Amino acid sequence: MITALLVMALGAVLLGAALGYAAVKFRVEGDPLVEKIDGILPQTQCGQCGYPGCRPYAQAIANGDADINCCPPGGEDGIRKLADLLGREFKPLSGEHGVEKPKSVAVIDENVCIGCTLCLQACPVDAIVGAAKQMHTVIAPQCTGCELCVAPCPVDCIAMVPIAESMDSWKWKYPVIEIRKAA
Amino acid sequence: MLNSPYITKPASVSAVMFKVLAALLPGIAAYVWFFGAGILLQIALASITALAAEAAVLAMRGKPLGLFLKDGSALVTAWLIALTFPSIAPWWLIVLGVLVAIVVAKHLYGGLGQNPFNPAMVAFCVMIVAYPQLMSQWPAAGFTDFAAEFRAIFGADRHLDAIVMATPLDALRTVLRLPETRATVEGVLGSNATFGNIGGRGWEWVALGYLAGGLWLIQQGVISWRVPTAFLATLGLISGAFALVDATQYAGPTFHLFTGGAMLGAFFIATDPVSGATTVRGQIIFAAGIALLTWIIRTFGAYPDGIAFATLLMNICVPLIDMRTQRPVFGRKTGKTPDGRQP
Amino acid sequence: MRRLFGFWGGIKPDSHKNESTRLPVAKAPLPSLLTVPLRQNAGASPRIMVKAGDPVLKGQMIAAPEDGLSVALHAPTSGHVRAIEARAIAHPSGLAGICAIIEPDGAERWVELEPLDAARTSPEQLRRRLREAGLVGMGGAAFPSYVKAGGTAIDTLIINGAECEPWITCDDMLMRTRGEDIVGGAIMLRELLGARKLLIGIEDNKPEAIAAMRAAATRADPGLEVVAVPTRYPAGGEKQLIRVLTGLEIPYGKLPSHFGVQCFNVGTAAAVHRAVSRGKPLISRLVTLTGNVAEPRNYEVAIGMPVNELIALAHPQADTDRYLMGGPMMGFALPDLAVPVVKATNCIIAASPTLFPAPTPEMPCIRCGACAQACPAELAPYELYWFARSQNLGKCQEYHLFDCIECGCCAFVCPSRIRLVDYYRYAKSSIRAREKDKLAADHARERYEFRLAREEREKQDKAAKLAAKAAETKAKLARASAGDESAPASESDDKKALIEAAMAKAREQTTPALNTDVHRMTAEQQAQVTVAEARHAAATATAAKDT
Repeated sequence: MITALLVMALGAVLLGAALGYAAVKFRVEGDPLVEKIDGILPQTQCGQCGYPGCRPYAQAIANGDADINCCPPGGEDGIRKLADLLGREFKPLSGEHGVEKPKSVAVIDENVCIGCTLCLQACPVDAIVGAAKQMHTVIAPQCTGCELCVAPCPVDCIAMVPIAESMDSWKWKYPVIEIRKAA
Repeated sequence: MLNSPYITKPASVSAVMFKVLAALLPGIAAYVWFFGAGILLQIALASITALAAEAAVLAMRGKPLGLFLKDGSALVTAWLIALTFPSIAPWWLIVLGVLVAIVVAKHLYGGLGQNPFNPAMVAFCVMIVAYPQLMSQWPAAGFTDFAAEFRAIFGADRHLDAIVMATPLDALRTVLRLPETRATVEGVLGSNATFGNIGGRGWEWVALGYLAGGLWLIQQGVISWRVPTAFLATLGLISGAFALVDATQYAGPTFHLFTGGAMLGAFFIATDPVSGATTVRGQIIFAAGIALLTWIIRTFGAYPDGIAFATLLMNICVPLIDMRTQRPVFGRKTGKTPDGRQP
Repeated sequence: MRRLFGFWGGIKPDSHKNESTRLPVAKAPLPSLLTVPLRQNAGASPRIMVKAGDPVLKGQMIAAPEDGLSVALHAPTSGHVRAIEARAIAHPSGLAGICAIIEPDGAERWVELEPLDAARTSPEQLRRRLREAGLVGMGGAAFPSYVKAGGTAIDTLIINGAECEPWITCDDMLMRTRGEDIVGGAIMLRELLGARKLLIGIEDNKPEAIAAMRAAATRADPGLEVVAVPTRYPAGGEKQLIRVLTGLEIPYGKLPSHFGVQCFNVGTAAAVHRAVSRGKPLISRLVTLTGNVAEPRNYEVAIGMPVNELIALAHPQADTDRYLMGGPMMGFALPDLAVPVVKATNCIIAASPTLFPAPTPEMPCIRCGACAQACPAELAPYELYWFARSQNLGKCQEYHLFDCIECGCCAFVCPSRIRLVDYYRYAKSSIRAREKDKLAADHARERYEFRLAREEREKQDKAAKLAAKAAETKAKLARASAGDESAPASESDDKKALIEAAMAKAREQTTPALNTDVHRMTAEQQAQVTVAEARHAAATATAAKDT
């Protein structure tokens, strides 16, 4: 009886030590879940989800404060990926945060721009260049299409222009399966 | 707009399936010659049930009926079930078997191309577990009385004593395992004239029929030569090795190859593309595995023939086998540059 | 006899080559308008040098190579530039690209040609000539030839005359009629690359071409070897031909030159010869017109000829329902018949339901493995299909999707009639798009984090400065009050100090509101600003003029 107890106790101590060692030795730095969620989010930094950027939203999802269907730029595809990652049910995009739109870039009408710098301050990725009293312009490849610069403009000279399909961005479509169509 | 390629080889799933059916004909002919036309009844029963079940399930699943009924895959399953079940089994046994195969083993897993297990073998295993006695009542060779067979299949009252006969495999297994006798392979098989010279009278001819059909399938490019070769070679080698050690207790390769379902298994069951391995090395491992398990079940197991269980066991391993036997792709093989230059 | 190597898989479709080789090569008449797409090669577009209304001479450079992999573009005939605008070009997408529209004057006046003596020209000069003559691979990929001619440590040069796709015969006819040009160009390329061996690989279903090339080769250089390779699609694929002739396998992601081999199409070799020893740029090519037409034939066609005017020459039959550019295995159905012939166009096939029947419905994959038996890249097409279909792109890459050369052998043999290549094309472009998006997202994240850090820093700087200022004011006040406690002026002094502090604060606030980014602008951004400012200046100028 005593031997058995001793054996069990010893086993518990050894296993506990091993677990404790492993916890220290293989400690994961940071929060990998937040990183992973952030990796799925489109990095538009638009704040449509109600958080100041993609990373805060990722943090909120990881903490369980936010739902996974609040990101319009990520679209259905993004929600599906988040659902896969987190093992949750897929949900359609929540309407209150906006609708999925084709990817666009901001274009400043340079004839109207008065150089007020308000859009510069609004841009989350510093994709607008210019200085006070000088006309501004958007660096298209760096624009994430977040629309945050549109509202502050006092002269409404910023328009969101959908990115047209070009030879470089053209994609082959998913094959249509006749069987599925017939079914 | 349709994309390239715009030309295709004249091949189709149904062509493949009907070639398989045609290749079964020599074996069936031998079957009829030695065991009577009862098997034809069973084949007809199985075919009708299979097509009806297929149509019903396809309709329920909302799939196009014409397209899938014509593919012939249900017929192949039906014929294999008929050929593996005893030809004097009652009609409801084969109907039940076919239903299990088509509804459960095939369509519950997603239909054509999706079933992880060979449907015919699932049917056989389910039935032999559920009705072991009925599944072991085989007609004696030379018994070709169609009326008696008809009664055995459809009659309510089954007088089978005159018809039934232990198959060679069954006899060997039962007698060799009796503790009080000192029976030998020679004693069991040799003492009984009805067991013929190689794999049991009649059965060896049926096996030859399957062999002929199988060779034709290889010639037609329907099945790969690797699967039957690996199967037969493994079965031959293992049985040969044990027969060398103790010929009195272990039957030799000729017996194993020409008895029971060995030839059917080698050319028609292990070659099922859907539930079998697809890579070149995988096919060899898969077929050799079935052969090895078959021999083990035949020799040490509780069931007369082991092909069905062996096939299902290897079916389980297929995803693993396929994953582990992927060949290196073009340009990624190591050390294969002829003038020694490393990629 | 050279030892040949095999390659795994491949198929033997009906070749249909005899139809278009019965008649000799003819010269296609000039169309009413030529549409010359600016970008015809893999890589970058050249810079356009002409504008609407400009007269051009035949062979005159209309677009100059710029940075990146670009080659020059020339006027295919003399005439006028009608416009520079976006037109539908030959691409499965049916998208438009910038084209130079040239109206021929019919005079065919050549620009002054400058032939070079290959033996007395430096390799750099020769390569520049290839680039300025607009040479790209004419086998279909249209890779700039000057780049490939610049490889170092090349041991074997291979000239590809295999032409394995059914129906196409333009290389066959070129070899029969212009063997000297091909051999001449091949020898120039060999000297340029310093290659030891020069092999010309031709499929053995083209005996006339083999004979003609052998004759031309013996006359030019007995060291040159014309090798008949077994006819099996895709023996004309670069990787497959290299494998057959040398036994080397070029993996995805590597170039033949890494293995000491370089491969050019016969058409490219002939064009090299014309470009160097006659000074003629690439402005026309042989195109096979075949399929459901009354008179299948090969034509010498000016680049930019609209396809609809070209096919009229061969008299298509009434039941023709679409036209394919390229072969039936790897070509594509033209979404628009007004598209022009480009440097990579080798064949136009009139398709009818009898010649190219509509596919029967797709059945489920039965894992028969026929595709794996046929795949020359030795992939597992059935696995790739499964992964691509379920959009499991990671697995696709794991099973080497990008090693797929899209030859179509798998779809050709599939008994279930699955359009396998469509799935691979879809998966490949999805993966490419995904990687591009990922890159952009990473970039955006970096910029966003940088901005946050910057704002944080600015806030801290500001706080520090304010604190310092406040402390200073306080000290001043303290000093003032300590110096003269009863002085009546102390109140005004006090006020003055406060005003000063407020003004300092205001200054502090305005400075950081300016875009601090201006000081960290990249060259690219700077350029954008300059351009934008120029636009702005022009706009204000016009606005001023208007008022």
